[in-house]
Amino acid sequence: MTKGSVRFEAVTKRFGSVVALKPLTLDIAPGTLVTLLGPSGCGKTTTLRLIAGLETASEGRILIGGQDVTHQSATYRRVSMVFQSYALFPHMSVAENVGYGLSVKRLPKAQVRERAEEGLALVGLAGFGKRLPSELSGGQQQRVAVARAIVLEPEVLLLDEPLSNLDAKLRRHVREEIRQIQQRLGLTAVYVTHDQEEAMAVSDRIIVMKNAEIAQEGSPHDLYDRPASAFIADFIGDANLIDVEVSQSGADTEIALLGRRLRVALPPVPNGAAKMVLRPHQVRLTRDAQGFALPAEVTYAAYLGNQIQYTLDSEAGRIFAICAPVAAPFRPGDGVHVTFDPADVRLVPA
Amino acid sequence: MTGQAPFGTFHMTRTAGLWLLIGLAGYALLPWYMVAGGFWSLRWIMAPLGDGASGLTHSLQGKVWLALPLTGFAIAAVAVLGRASQLTTARLLVLAGTVGLALLVAQGLLVLRDGPRLALLGTASQTGMGAGAAVTATGLLFLLTTGISSLGRGRGDAFVTGLVGLVVALVAVFVFYPMAFVLVRAFELRDGAGFGISQFLPRFFDPNVWGMACFRGTGYCGPAINSVALGVMTGAGTTALGLAFALIFTRTQFRAKRLLRVLTILPIITPPFVIGLALILLFGRSGTFTTFFADAFGWEKTRWLYGFWGVWLAQMLSFTPIAFLVLIGVVEGVSPSMEEASQTLDADRWQTFRFVSLPLMRPGLANAFLLGFIESLADFGNPLVLGGNFNVLSTEIYFAIVGTIADPAKAAILSLVLLSLTLSAFVIQRRWLGKKNYATVTGKADSGRNAALNPALRAVCYGVALPWAAFTMIVYALIVFGSFVKLWGVNHTFTLEHYKRAFAITIRNGVHFTGAAWDSYVTTLTIAAIAAPLTAAVGLATAYLLVRQTFTGKAVFEFSTMLSFAIPGTVIGVAYVMAFNFPPIELTATATILIIAFVFRNMPVGVRGGIAALSQLDKSLDEASIMLGANSFTTLRRVILPLMGPAILAALTYSFVRAITSVSAVIFLVSARHNMATSFIVGRVENGEFGIAIAYATVLIVTMLAAILALQALIGRRTLRRADRVEAP
Repeated sequence: MTKGSVRFEAVTKRFGSVVALKPLTLDIAPGTLVTLLGPSGCGKTTTLRLIAGLETASEGRILIGGQDVTHQSATYRRVSMVFQSYALFPHMSVAENVGYGLSVKRLPKAQVRERAEEGLALVGLAGFGKRLPSELSGGQQQRVAVARAIVLEPEVLLLDEPLSNLDAKLRRHVREEIRQIQQRLGLTAVYVTHDQEEAMAVSDRIIVMKNAEIAQEGSPHDLYDRPASAFIADFIGDANLIDVEVSQSGADTEIALLGRRLRVALPPVPNGAAKMVLRPHQVRLTRDAQGFALPAEVTYAAYLGNQIQYTLDSEAGRIFAICAPVAAPFRPGDGVHVTFDPADVRLVPA
Repeated sequence: MTGQAPFGTFHMTRTAGLWLLIGLAGYALLPWYMVAGGFWSLRWIMAPLGDGASGLTHSLQGKVWLALPLTGFAIAAVAVLGRASQLTTARLLVLAGTVGLALLVAQGLLVLRDGPRLALLGTASQTGMGAGAAVTATGLLFLLTTGISSLGRGRGDAFVTGLVGLVVALVAVFVFYPMAFVLVRAFELRDGAGFGISQFLPRFFDPNVWGMACFRGTGYCGPAINSVALGVMTGAGTTALGLAFALIFTRTQFRAKRLLRVLTILPIITPPFVIGLALILLFGRSGTFTTFFADAFGWEKTRWLYGFWGVWLAQMLSFTPIAFLVLIGVVEGVSPSMEEASQTLDADRWQTFRFVSLPLMRPGLANAFLLGFIESLADFGNPLVLGGNFNVLSTEIYFAIVGTIADPAKAAILSLVLLSLTLSAFVIQRRWLGKKNYATVTGKADSGRNAALNPALRAVCYGVALPWAAFTMIVYALIVFGSFVKLWGVNHTFTLEHYKRAFAITIRNGVHFTGAAWDSYVTTLTIAAIAAPLTAAVGLATAYLLVRQTFTGKAVFEFSTMLSFAIPGTVIGVAYVMAFNFPPIELTATATILIIAFVFRNMPVGVRGGIAALSQLDKSLDEASIMLGANSFTTLRRVILPLMGPAILAALTYSFVRAITSVSAVIFLVSARHNMATSFIVGRVENGEFGIAIAYATVLIVTMLAAILALQALIGRRTLRRADRVEAP
């Protein structure tokens, strides 16, 4: 069953001489929620708009549900989209907005009304049909936009940074709703965001993009636990990246950090210069040296209630640490020792 | 190409089939040539073999060349009925449209009334194309665009491609085709010796055109130099005055700001030569002020008004409000936060204005200057009334056509001189200023307040602008006053005589409109009312294509549609007379040519308004509609147009009003049957019948005001209500 699948075969996109997308090949399985994640200008929105049909591929083939849609216009693709700005038609009521796609297909009016009402009920807005979009709150407008997109029963639902206009608290609530609706209807969804936490929270799979190509793809857990590059390690969750020297010996990997040798159990990385990934919450700080420890000095400390964040200066460079709050926190200027569990450490190419 | 867009092929053949039928119907049923009494009289139906003969009938009756367009239809039929792949069908359609149109155009250009240009066709002759030819051409055009849209380029939208094709075809036929005639005529050799390049450059750079003797005090300058000098002075003057007004309007607590707003509407609704007329009545040899100063101080009564300074004064009065309107936007475009930043950095108000605000406004000021320059060069009414011996290009062109010695070649050359000047200004404006836009208006709400003016500067602004505003008011008041007195300057007794002569209605055996002005008044209003929606439609459609669609050759498309900005009305008038006086398109002395002239003269206003309005409509609204399965046409109809109410209103109002006030192009195109108000008034002025002229002008101004208010009430209330939430919420 290929219904709802999306497939790119070496798709490129150029705007004049600017390359917006290098040859991209990807497969999205039906019924999954896949996030395109990356910094601005990485090509994630271009990819989404190519699926939508709002841009035409310069080269390559795009297949939706197993059908070649490369030259099909957006009007005829069975794909719906939720826009960043919601793009609700300000001169139509909420029900007219939701029913627009159906009425454009010339369905009978009664049916349009009925299905629009169903769509609104699905997003918890039953009874709001007569209002104008401007009379709704931001979160409600967002849900109208979702309802409008799903009443058409699209093969693929596209979401372009759907939460960026909501405040932080509402954002978590709405993203849960979107995920629940997607799972309940078994929709294929492609979700664009630049917020890695949001991506981790909603996705079956994340495709991280950088410089118009895929940097790494995988499940949220894969990306966090097995970053393939320094960029991914830093982008998915914070990371301290410390220069090390790798020397292979037997099954274990041995690394040299500032002239001291450590054994770590890790996927292999080529011998030579590499970077060690140390998550801030994996950093342990003590006043006195115990075994392997990096001497460091606290340069900045921030108390956030549930945690304390430290910035430290060490021989290995600047280190960022997150610690549980304690009665007597360190203060700027304090000398400390940095330790960590070698089992937590990950290596990426330098 | 397997698995390709199943919807695509089906839609393409259906659309192409429809246009094939329409084209064939036009070819087989409608009269091919223009018919006596006009198409809508429908008298041609009674003469299917004579006057109302279709292309088909004609070609059977011996005009074999009229069978040529059938080639296009035949290819199209193969494409529609054959079951070829999408790409092949599309290519066939493109071929059908191209071949059909090419043959249609070729036969039109080759076979004229007095016989064919080539010996091939013997003594063949034909008259101007009519409805049948137009519908046939339309069918072929849309077959072509349907084919192009299905070639897999762009997003394959037949509606958009069709719209592009339509606008391109219209601009080509009604702007480029006539301009080509001017160009060709300019290469005509003297004494009917054919055409050649040998005389062009000497005539183009003739000292009679470019002479600078007046600067040396040894005679007259050429009209080109006069026009440029006048343009520079007017551009500089209107920009300075406009800036003073704009500063008062946006940066002071001035109380009568609404009055200033009225000032900006006035020139839009004023027939161009009315101001010149009022100036004559004030400052002419027997003008009110002239007489007053002569009596009081013994100043000599001179004819200073008739010449450079008079024309300049009239143009200042006419065009300052335009600069004001442009500069309000420019001055408001300077972000308050920039000025606040400057002030927090300890700059005083003068320094803030001098080193921050003014440099930010510089591109806007240059823009206003160039606009004033172009308007001044294109102005025809004021120099005609006040020019005296001071010749400018626009009036010289007019006299070269209608003067005692008609010299179309001279008119063509002068037209090219004028066009090259306005075009240069236009290109500078777009190329150079287009890239230097510091406008700091963004979607972000910018709270904060603009800095108040420094007191000395404010005093200067008030000192310059307010007397000028008062002067403008006086001029307008006197226009109204003058229409109610017996003979201005001589006999100031109240009378309705002028209105009676112009607009008398006699009731004897029914109602008779016996006033001299009724004919032209009704014609003017009718033609303006027909032209306005067409202008708005073409203008807004073009704006939609420019802002919302991408297609190959868009830059060229944009430039060519904007070109009519730069073509002065006089030049358009000359071009139309030269191009549309004989087959294949014979339109002179019809009302159609007036309507067409207005549509393409005023189209840029619609384009500009449409672009401004569309840029404020979030593009994701269109995209949302497209994603929901609507095509471009449905999107336009159900989403964009309802949200563009104010822009539509503005375009309608503007094109209606400008059709009424325009004189430069019209004066070449009016005929005994279709006389326009402006040319009627010019005729009265030339006869010295000032009373009836200004009475008529007053009626026109009132009519236009009423029309503006009525249109606002009609469309405005429903849609303007939504103006506050045009952005996607």
